[in-house]
Amino acid sequence: MAEATLSFKKAAAKAVADGELQRALQNVKTGFVAKRAAAKSKLPEFDGLRTEARAIKDHTLTHLDLYLEAYESKVVESGGQVHFAPTAADARDIVLKLCREHAAKLVAKGKSMVSEEIGLNAHLQAAGIEVIETDLGEYIVQLRGETPSHIIAPIIHLNKEAVAADFRRAHKGRLTSRRLSDVKDLVAEARAVLREKFLFADVGITGANLLIAETGSSVIVTNEGNGDLTSTLPRAHIVIASIEKIVPTLEDACTILRLLSRSATGQDITTYTTFTTGPRREGDPDGPTAYHVVLLDNGRSDMLGGIFQDMLCCIRCGACLNHCPVYGTIGGHAYGSVYPGPIGAVLTPALQGLDHARDLPNASSLCGRCEEVCPMSIPLPAMLRAWREREFAQGKRSWSERLALKVWAFVAKRPRLYHAIAGLGVPLLMRLAGGCGRFTWLPFGTSWTRVRDLPAPEGRTFQQLYAKAQRRDRQ
Amino acid sequence: MSAPEEARAAVLARIRSALGIAKLDRARRAAVARRLERHPRGTIPVQALLGPAACVSRLAEMLTTQGAEVARAATPEDTINAIASYLASNNLAPRLRTGADPRLAALPWKAAWDISRAFGPAEPSDKACLSYALVAAAETGTLFLVSGAYNPTTLNFLPEFHMVLVKAPDIVGSYEEAWDRLRGIYGERALPRTVNMISGPSRTADIEQTIVTGAHGPRRLYVVIQG
Repeated sequence: MAEATLSFKKAAAKAVADGELQRALQNVKTGFVAKRAAAKSKLPEFDGLRTEARAIKDHTLTHLDLYLEAYESKVVESGGQVHFAPTAADARDIVLKLCREHAAKLVAKGKSMVSEEIGLNAHLQAAGIEVIETDLGEYIVQLRGETPSHIIAPIIHLNKEAVAADFRRAHKGRLTSRRLSDVKDLVAEARAVLREKFLFADVGITGANLLIAETGSSVIVTNEGNGDLTSTLPRAHIVIASIEKIVPTLEDACTILRLLSRSATGQDITTYTTFTTGPRREGDPDGPTAYHVVLLDNGRSDMLGGIFQDMLCCIRCGACLNHCPVYGTIGGHAYGSVYPGPIGAVLTPALQGLDHARDLPNASSLCGRCEEVCPMSIPLPAMLRAWREREFAQGKRSWSERLALKVWAFVAKRPRLYHAIAGLGVPLLMRLAGGCGRFTWLPFGTSWTRVRDLPAPEGRTFQQLYAKAQRRDRQ
Repeated sequence: MSAPEEARAAVLARIRSALGIAKLDRARRAAVARRLERHPRGTIPVQALLGPAACVSRLAEMLTTQGAEVARAATPEDTINAIASYLASNNLAPRLRTGADPRLAALPWKAAWDISRAFGPAEPSDKACLSYALVAAAETGTLFLVSGAYNPTTLNFLPEFHMVLVKAPDIVGSYEEAWDRLRGIYGERALPRTVNMISGPSRTADIEQTIVTGAHGPRRLYVVIQG
């Protein structure tokens, strides 16, 4: 994971050259972006709800310890158990221990980014437990041995032909002549294959979009119903969620739910929004007999009280990814981190440390669209700048970049020197461009000029032009 | 302290230290207790503030938009007829799975003598089932189905054809009103094991953002609004 992040530039270049990926990424623009805009326009209160939702999160975060305690006592009251996990390793160990206690041979999983964050599947598999992802996208990601390329649309990078090839390879014992040319065929086959898994799974693991302190409930938001089969059919249900997922009340959940799916897929609401509170009750004819919640910290408590606290307001809708020009160009895998896009660029260094995410804070043009569409108004560009400042202050940028910035700062802080150099440089560059107005090659600038031209200056500096205009006005 | 207790204490201590919380925090505790007790409402969208008749029509309209099929039934006899004709029109055997819900049991099943009912949680072989929605929120066409002996949760997800009966007086405008109805039944700060908010048939758009219904749950959702 960390290694992949280090080679971000290479991965990005590869992604740009990948024709299939580029075709798939077009779907983001025509799909999610347009659908969100339509959903928002049908709800006049949308922006007001954003302000309220943000206030809910701010209040919760400043009382986080108390809401976690309140939540925990309600879970226990309803017959469930809460397990605190300070680190990713702790969370992995707790889940494995629980799986062993329930004699799990087969674990069905609902979609959970937190489980990706802690590398849960590999840990359980290494202990001899079969783990099956049941969200269609995550299932295909698992078949391919990949990671999700989008937090809510894991296989946004694939087309249906690739999926059909994976199914032919993985689903043995089915007719080779079967039709898999339509998305419908693929969904039907996955349904049949995964149905068997649901029925035989010993333990179901889901994430949580929200946790509710008022009632001790965990909430999952899905369209497929896989999360519900996962939390209903197996003997035990384990919820894995990070500590900032908590909200105080059902009313607070309503406000956030009104924003979540509209921001994510542009739906007014997803097909299923499920509130789960404890294990099967007396008289219940179905449902698991054990219910556990693993609460993951993994660096989040350190983000409280500082500049990155706002990041903990994130509800993982993916709107910032969908609207990001960088994500739209390179897709999710090039980021090399579990969380891609603008949130990943801010979150990854916070969770793993700057050394593991060297290029990510720079993978942004700071255009500000992410903050504009964020339902929680998280100031992502300001946070990216903060990471850049820290990288520079800690000497984590290359010597050439640091030297260049130092030289520039030296000159920029001395206006006379700056004017003198610009006054000499601009006509020189114009002449070097040879009259065509652009450079196709520059020393030290090949990573720019390899893929596009650099416009050449057109004769005078801004100050010269400004001074001239002033003189003209006076005359 | 045991290891789990230590982990718990460590996480809570880190949070308190990051927030700069001094030991005596009576004001914070009071704020939290107050909020949990009063659970104040936020802004409810105007589209969810509806009278009874508008609630019914918006529920039907939203469910239809989201891919469900909706029938109106004036009387319990109409409900039975709607169920029978839905099974027939989809070439399904006159068999369905249902829970022990007394409101469903009270329907005039004699009017459809050929429909056989099996009771209890869903079996993998069940094709069609019938559930009872305790309450529904018109704002987004959302049915609230609760777990319990009356309506097993597996009915909502295993069979291909999911039929749901909701009575017109149980249709409210907003989610908040629906939660208040549930509080009236289950009490403050208490919910059944599962509350499924269902707003359409199961669907996925994971492959090429193409919407396909029947991903893992029901391919079809048929809602009968009675009254």
